[in-house]
Formats: sequence, C-alpha cells, structure tokens
Amino acid sequence: MTISEKILASAAGRDQVKPGEFITCPLNLVLANDITGPIALEEFSKMGAEKVFDPGKIVLVADHATPNKDIKAATNTKLLRDFAHQQGIEQFYEGPGGGIEHIILPEKGLVRPGQVVIGADSHTCTYGALGAFATGVGSTDAAAAMALGECWFRVPESLKFVFTGKPNKWVSGKDLILYTIGQIGVDGARYMAMEFAGPLIENLPMAERFTICNMAIEAGAKSGIIAPDRTTLEWVSQEWVSQRTDKNAKVFSSDANAEYARVYEFNADDIEPQVAFPHLPENTRGISEVGDIVIDQAVIGACTNGWLEDLRVAAEILRGRQVAEGVRCIVIPGSHQIHLQATKEGLVETFLEAGCLVSTPTCGPCLGMHMGVLAAGERAIATTNRNFVGRMGHPDSEIYLASPAIAAASAIMGKICSPEEL
Amino acid sequence: MLIHGTAHKYGDHIDTDVIIPARYLTLTEPDELAAHCLEDLDEEFLRKVQPGDVIVAGKNFGCGSSREHAPIAIKAAGVGAVIAASFARIFYRNALNIGLPLVESAEASAAIDDSDEVEIDLEAGVVRNVTKAEEYCFAPLTGVAAQLLAAGGLREIVRQKMAVD
Ligand code: SF4
Repeated sequence: MTISEKILASAAGRDQVKPGEFITCPLNLVLANDITGPIALEEFSKMGAEKVFDPGKIVLVADHATPNKDIKAATNTKLLRDFAHQQGIEQFYEGPGGGIEHIILPEKGLVRPGQVVIGADSHTCTYGALGAFATGVGSTDAAAAMALGECWFRVPESLKFVFTGKPNKWVSGKDLILYTIGQIGVDGARYMAMEFAGPLIENLPMAERFTICNMAIEAGAKSGIIAPDRTTLEWVSQEWVSQRTDKNAKVFSSDANAEYARVYEFNADDIEPQVAFPHLPENTRGISEVGDIVIDQAVIGACTNGWLEDLRVAAEILRGRQVAEGVRCIVIPGSHQIHLQATKEGLVETFLEAGCLVSTPTCGPCLGMHMGVLAAGERAIATTNRNFVGRMGHPDSEIYLASPAIAAASAIMGKICSPEEL
Repeated sequence: MLIHGTAHKYGDHIDTDVIIPARYLTLTEPDELAAHCLEDLDEEFLRKVQPGDVIVAGKNFGCGSSREHAPIAIKAAGVGAVIAASFARIFYRNALNIGLPLVESAEASAAIDDSDEVEIDLEAGVVRNVTKAEEYCFAPLTGVAAQLLAAGGLREIVRQKMAVD
C-alpha cells in the first residue's frame, strides 16, 4: 500500500484499503476559517447539531480578511469567536498568536504525522508535508464533521513524483511544485494523492516541503504527501511546535511494491526557477524564458511562502538594495510567531529599509480580499499559489507566481527577473 | 428528477474565483451571492439565466478554492444542473452536499452549444438536446453521491445519523 492508503486504512480500522473504495474515518482535526466558517456554523445549526464532537479537535482561524477589513468581515469573525467560546473550542485564532491557517496549524503542533485531517479550505493539503492525510472540503462537510467527528472518503489513487539531481541555488520547493504542475496540468492529479519522494525531497527543510504539498490542489489533487523522516520528526518535536498537543505520531511509509497510477521522475539539474503566467498555475516557464514583464506589485507571503525561511531568502536579496520606484513590495509574515522572529533577526528592518511594506499576518492580497488589491491593467508577481482571473483584484489584472527569491529580485528590478541578474 | 432549460456554455478550468470573486466572500446569504454569480466570467449571465437553465462547461469545472459560496451562488441563481467534461473534487462534493445536481459527460459537454435547449433525466442518465435532437448517456450517480442527491444534500443525512446515535 501507499502511505496515503495506510493512513486511511489505519484510521478506518481496516487492514487494507484500495483506491476507489468508499470509507468513513474518524477525524483527528477539523478546520474552518473566516470565509468558510460562517456558512459551516449556520449549516451546523440547521443540521440540528448542538455540541461539536470534540472541542479539542476543532480549529477556527480568522485569516482571510483579518485584521477585519470591514463590518461584514468583523461580523463573520465574531461569529467564529462566539461559537468557539460557546462550544469550549480553545483553538480559535485571529490576532496575536494567530496567522494564516496552514502555517499556524503546523507551527502550533496541531497536526501530527499519520493523522487524518479535513479543513474547509482547499490548501488543507499542506499538512501532507508532515506525513498526515489532509484534504480540503467545503463548509457543509466541515459542519457535518464538527457534528459527527467523521467524514467519508473515496480512497484516492496515488501519483508518485521522484526528484533527483542538484538544482541551482535559487531553485526552491516552490519551483519544484510549479514545474510539476506545468508538466501535468491543473487537473493532472484530479482526485488523486500526490506523493513526493526522492533524494532531493529528503534534503528539503520543512518550509519547502509545506510549499510543495500546499500546491498539490493546484494540480487538482485531493492531497499531497511526503513520508515523515528525520527532518519531519525533528520539526514536530521542536519545543515551540510540540508544547501544545498530543505527542503521538504514527509514522507510515509506502511499501516498495505499492501501486501508483503513475510514477514521474524529474531531474532537477534541468529545472530553472519557475514563473507561472496568467491565468493558470500550469502556465509555467523557466526564468530565462520570461522576457520583459514589468510589474506594479510584488507580494511575498501567503500560506505557500510566508514561512520564516522564505522571509530570510527575500531579505538576503533585498538587503542593501532598494525596491524599484513605482513598485509596491508587500511582505507578509505567515504568523505572529514568524513576524516576531523576523523582527528579532532584523529581517523586518531590512525590508523596511529596502522600501517594502510589511503587514501583519493575513491572506489579504492572495485572494484579492484586502491589503494589496490590484486595479485593472496592473500586474503582480506573487509567492501565492493561484493566478486565476481576478484572483488578486480586478479581472483585468495579472498575477505571475514565483518563489520568494524571484519575487524579491523582481521587486528590485521592477520587472520579473532572477536574483542572478541583480 | 427532470431538469429542463437553456444551456450557457463556458470553457475548461472554470475556477471558483470567477464563479464568485473574493470581494463577495463576506456575504453568506444565497440570494446575495447569486447576484454576483459568474460576473467576472460573463457579465450577461445573470441577465440571461432562467430557472432550470443548465451551465455546460469543459473539464475541471470548479477548480481552485473550496468556497461553497460557488455552488450556492449557482444554485440560488436558478441553475438546475451543471454539465461538465469533468469536475474539480471539492466543488463536486460541495455541489452534492447542497443539492446542486452535476452531470459528468465529456460527450454532452462537447456536443451542446450555447443556447441549446436541454433536458436532463438524472435517474435514467440521459441528457436530451432538444435543439439538436440528440441524446447523450452518462453514468447515473451511485453510492454516497446517489444518497446525497436523493436526500437533497448532506444536511438530511447528518440529521438522520444524529437521530440514530
Ligand atoms: S494565503 Fe491564500 S491560498 Fe492560503 S489560505 Fe489564505 S487565501 Fe487561501
């Protein structure tokens, strides 16, 4: 069996599961946010539910429109806050201590290897980087899960991606996943689990593994997953990660004879830093083939690349340089904890000196909600994960997806470029 | 269940951001969401759509964000069903959970043109193109999906489960 099949079988109390089978699993964690949560809570009460199955296994995060951008957003956040209070849910985050859901759940140790997690947010697949089976659902599924503590799944087929080689210094996890999506398309892994493996993946730090699994949904996948190894286990036992919850980790890995719908082998020697052109994440090109793309805005942050490691890379490039005139470079740490650490390390000062704007943690511009919405005809380079029509604002604006290194270099040059061109 | 209406045809990879843009995501009422359904894709859609009409699209319909606001907006705009060559996974679950019927058929998706009059028999697994006098068969839903459709969504199933427990 594959690692995904093993996790699902174990959760469902079975010896074995096969792709295509329908199973029901108890859940270790259910997540909702300030966009999906209000509808889920309304549905929860329409279902006739009164108490959540286990307040300790529910997480509510206000991150999309926070700090609340208007009265409606404030009302939605208040709904979550009041519900958390009334149900005894301690894991409600909005301001200090919070941040973007897919960064703070791992950061706070709320997801463990081997768990089954659903979240009313498509990028819930991020937690696969911890060796958990994690997948996105909508508000009604989240409501049912909050009431019942379980969810039905169709066991997915798995695709395996094996990465080898020694890439150029500026090729990060973001480039590997953009390259992968460029190869298989935005529906190339529809309904499937994407398993990432190989020597290159084994050498990646957790931040880049999270970025890779985060974007599995951009290929249509149900989940992304990386088998836990030393890096994973060291990461989950860090003091600030492990202080909160259950220390149990169930470490699964795929059998040597596990069956895959397909196995892809990519040699990263040939992979350049990637840029995804509008309006699909699959429209990828190597940085040398980008041409002259002048930008109005650069966004460094989001659940893809708002990690401390991402900010360090951006700061390394921006240190002692200036953002080009007319470019708004918006840097958004992924969590309060990361913001604090970035301040202590002097990264925030570096950004401010370079002429960047530094925001408190929020999804904000990633989905065109607030804090950096684009006008018609404007163009942004962003470390976010989607460049659909109108995603960051006006339907006639354009988004180019890339790594923090490319976004930082582009902010300095005022056009999309590699740090090597500075 | 019979669905009968006019087809509104769109392309591949229609994502949930164009179905309902984020600037409306602080709204939660179905009617408020329906007032902005597909506005970044087709400004004319809301003027044209009549109760029972059918959206016909290419592959990977509903990709992207998990926002249930997308199927809610489509359903509240009066759309009777969505026909597509394929659906993105979360959208598929969400639509069935709220009782919006979906038909997966590459044949129907390719053959139906914009403004064709279509009739869908969900149980029989047939799409009739009245305008072109053609029929396209599809596999009727089975398993959990069929249960969801029959119950009109997940809410009733959860109610029953909680009553048993
Ligand atoms: S940062 Fe963007 S992709 Fe991530 S959860 Fe927020 S809105 Fe979604």
